Amino acid sequence: MKIDMNKRDSVIRMTGINPRTCMKCGKCSATCPSFDEMEYHPHQFISLVEAGRVDELMASESLYNCLACMACLERCPRGVEPAKFVEAVRNLKLREHGGNHLAPEAIPEMLDADLPQQAIVSAFRKYSK
Amino acid sequence: MIFSYYPGCTLRTRAKDLDVYARKCALALGVELVEPKDWQCCGVVYPLAGDEIAHRLSAVRVLQDAQSRSVSVLTVCSACHNVLKQCAYDLKNDADFRNKANAYSEFDIPVTGEVDVVHYLEMLRDTVGFDTIKQKVVNPLTGKKIGAYYGCLLLRPGKKMGFDDPENPAIIEEFIKALGAEPVIYPYRNECCGGYVTLENKPLAQKKSQTVLESAKEMGAECVITACPLCLYNLKKNGGDTLPVYYFTELLAEALGVK
Amino acid sequence: MQRIGVFVCHCGTNIAGTVDVKTVAEMLGKEPGVVFSTDYQYMCSEAGQTLIQDAIKEHNLGGVVICSCSPRMHEQTFRKACAKAGLNPYMVEVANIREQCSWIHKDVAEGTEKAVILGRAAIAKVHLNAPLTAGESPVVKRALVIGGGIAGMQTALDIADAGFEVDIVEKNATIGGKMAQIDKTFPTLDCSACILTPKMVDCAQHEKINIYAYSEVEDVKGFVGNFSVAIRKKARYVDETKCTGCGICTEKCPVKNIPNEFNMGMDNRRSIYIPFAQAVPKIATIDPNTCNKLKTGKCGVCSKVCGAGAIDYTQKDEIIRREYGAIVVATGFNMIDMTKFDEFGYAQSKDVITSLEFERLTNAAGPTGGTLLRPSDGKHPHTIVFVQCCGSRSTTENGKPYCSKICCMYTAKHAMLTREKYPDTDVYVFYIDVRTPGKNFDEFYRRAVEQYGVHYVKGMVGKVAPRADGTLHVQASDLLAGEQLHIDADLVVLAGAIEPDKSARGLATKLTASMDTNDFFTEAHPKLRPVESPTAGVFLSGVCQGPKDIPETVAQAGAAASKVIGLLVKDKLTCNPCVAQSDELLCNGCSGCEHVCPYGAITYETKEFMQFDRSMKPRRVASVNPAVCQGCGACTVTCPSGAMDLKGFSNRQIMAEVDAICK
Repeated sequence: MKIDMNKRDSVIRMTGINPRTCMKCGKCSATCPSFDEMEYHPHQFISLVEAGRVDELMASESLYNCLACMACLERCPRGVEPAKFVEAVRNLKLREHGGNHLAPEAIPEMLDADLPQQAIVSAFRKYSK
Repeated sequence: MIFSYYPGCTLRTRAKDLDVYARKCALALGVELVEPKDWQCCGVVYPLAGDEIAHRLSAVRVLQDAQSRSVSVLTVCSACHNVLKQCAYDLKNDADFRNKANAYSEFDIPVTGEVDVVHYLEMLRDTVGFDTIKQKVVNPLTGKKIGAYYGCLLLRPGKKMGFDDPENPAIIEEFIKALGAEPVIYPYRNECCGGYVTLENKPLAQKKSQTVLESAKEMGAECVITACPLCLYNLKKNGGDTLPVYYFTELLAEALGVK
Repeated sequence: MQRIGVFVCHCGTNIAGTVDVKTVAEMLGKEPGVVFSTDYQYMCSEAGQTLIQDAIKEHNLGGVVICSCSPRMHEQTFRKACAKAGLNPYMVEVANIREQCSWIHKDVAEGTEKAVILGRAAIAKVHLNAPLTAGESPVVKRALVIGGGIAGMQTALDIADAGFEVDIVEKNATIGGKMAQIDKTFPTLDCSACILTPKMVDCAQHEKINIYAYSEVEDVKGFVGNFSVAIRKKARYVDETKCTGCGICTEKCPVKNIPNEFNMGMDNRRSIYIPFAQAVPKIATIDPNTCNKLKTGKCGVCSKVCGAGAIDYTQKDEIIRREYGAIVVATGFNMIDMTKFDEFGYAQSKDVITSLEFERLTNAAGPTGGTLLRPSDGKHPHTIVFVQCCGSRSTTENGKPYCSKICCMYTAKHAMLTREKYPDTDVYVFYIDVRTPGKNFDEFYRRAVEQYGVHYVKGMVGKVAPRADGTLHVQASDLLAGEQLHIDADLVVLAGAIEPDKSARGLATKLTASMDTNDFFTEAHPKLRPVESPTAGVFLSGVCQGPKDIPETVAQAGAAASKVIGLLVKDKLTCNPCVAQSDELLCNGCSGCEHVCPYGAITYETKEFMQFDRSMKPRRVASVNPAVCQGCGACTVTCPSGAMDLKGFSNRQIMAEVDAICK
């Protein structure tokens, strides 16, 4: 398990939130609609970032299953806003060389006649740089 | 009353119904909609990480245009509304972002965020008034049981959006009543439809959309209305033919007799 | 010029750690008028005090400056010590070089420099000090207790048993408070009403206790020993001297659909009502907002059926003014509004209830006669989910940042009693932490888990979704298993945060008692004076000071009573001699001081003054009642002509201090 305090500090800078304000109640993971799809659950994002274990999160598919629905952010009793941590860790990954998750070439296959471009733009914003 | 009407990209292509009926109804209700010049895509998703500046600049431009013309921005699409409203909030309250946004752009008048971003539903409630709408309804949707689907983007983050109680909203239900129909309250009206994940993880989007529609159906809804093109897509495509789904503007146009 | 002695305290390393005390003593020894200067490890110790006393005698000191901790801590100690050596106690000044210097500085040079400056200011002031003599004021031997819950009742009973008169002012129609609504008490499980109602009766029958129920405090004047309080006795529209509490009116009243507050709105009462069978006083009350007769003039059924002729539709609110020596605040608490946390569905389902509603559902005098039934359909719930910390420990806008303290234990009680009475019921408790510090508390909670089979799950509920079939889909996390749980529950019980009663804020203003950011009353010292407010003569009892359970409340109520008794046994109180006085020759009669005085200590009188031509002319001048003045100084800064001055803190003294600091 690799500890990287620089990455931790980057995430904290991006979110503007101190992960130590988390009281580990688990309400974020209780409310997460993507829980079953995620290897690391919202509350673990907070704990692992706090511990500097950002690489494990960056390697996980969990980054791409967050729906950005903001339910965890809304319901957190301590204002920790886990969705922001998921996004910040994903940004660290996307900003690496070759870190993009979604390539433009892959798009045509995903399209159907009704798909609003809102979906494609959202996915590009979330999945690539 | 004049609004700077920001339709957003999707309303020009896949979600024409949302836009066309919004315009027709505004005309019928005496609300003037003026499109800002040269608008571009708002960015669709508002970044959750504070260090993303460039992603927010096109929203900044829309807000600066409205601010310099002293009009409120009116949106219909939930995603546009979420981006513009959050962006205005951050411009107003986050000096660092405000300074950077102004430094990137060359505005004659610096952007301050002192501009109201109003959703079409809020306009109906606060500017026109649901009572006035009730009087103008020519085809009341009497007896129709309708579930309001809020999704995520109209409501959250509650502190920045200030749209309604994020856990127990009422505005679309009030709207449904104004049309003469009966609102059906169901618990998943503010839970996610799956959003953009439909591109990569269709089963997940299907699970989420089905949960929403099944919950609405179980509580007695005959159809569901929404303000978001992506929600409409997910519910229709991934929701498994459970219930018909419409844009709220379409029902409004029908009730006002302008469809 | 005074002969001044300076005494610099080390306070162990508290001061000496960041202030070079030897240098301070040496530097201050060079100040004009200082004839003796020294330092010592603990100036407040017996040896330290003796050192001061010996120096006073040996050097014939006329003024003393102690450089030590805050005067709030030890000013009295040093004044007493100096008085014993024959010095007027008001010739002693304390320079606070601990809280205001050593504790906030890290650099020794900086700390030392500041300590010298603070010492200089105190020396400059002492030069202008004059001996003061404290006056005396009488003590009214009666106490007022505001709030008639268990806290107020216990305080009143303890004071009354010591032989003093006590008035209880309760805003509701009956005393009893929250404890009257509770079914059983933890951890002994004795019946709440069985131990409470005898106390209510004791209060009613005690010859020294007078209950003003359905009344509120209107205003408070005066000061410790001599408060004057106006009490608004709200109109009940029932003559208290005639009503026998037979209850026939409450059965015949045609307005039947008023939510019954006592049962948390889960059943209805009539417009004329008696809150519950054991109410004290047991007198009917007409709710003026719903009574047909009072609203429209048509009805009058209660008047017709009342055999005692007690109904009086013309009754008006009555203001009663009474004098008290001491006031006890016991205003209690309420649960916060759970509709603000509607991820739990409280506003969207009748079967999502608060813990207090659960108490009523299990209480024999409650809406279901003590059988646990769902509010929606009256069926037995078979799966119950308890959610802890709903709004407690929350830094969000709608929540409370503190732990409400009582919820862990009452939830364990609810869970245990449910399992005992209905063994076929599955009971889940979602917790963040289980907090059970208290005698037999943790054993009680463990019994719920180990003997009664309550499922305690570490995690929080994220969403409660009501379904068409009446079940509640509970989505929660089980942090220890690393799972998201989905439970189909029949009943969800929310342990909502508690907050001080809304009336407390207004009352604090009337009493000039301070509150914290959560509207809990502040105590005079968090450890050493926990039942006194910083306002002399105002005492605190129960949850108005901070969350606490019944045993703690009763203990604190007794402590507050003992403090009140300690005050009331005195025939006279020593007044603070640092009071305002007006120079009649300078006073221009503007009344500015009279308007700002929070204690009503200033009056104006017309006096004859000699003119330049030796003729006499009448003029309005301010006059301060030294027994009422609390020495706050508001008048001295308001006075435009400089006529008003505060003894011991005169304008000259303060300017001398400022000059010394700026030198």
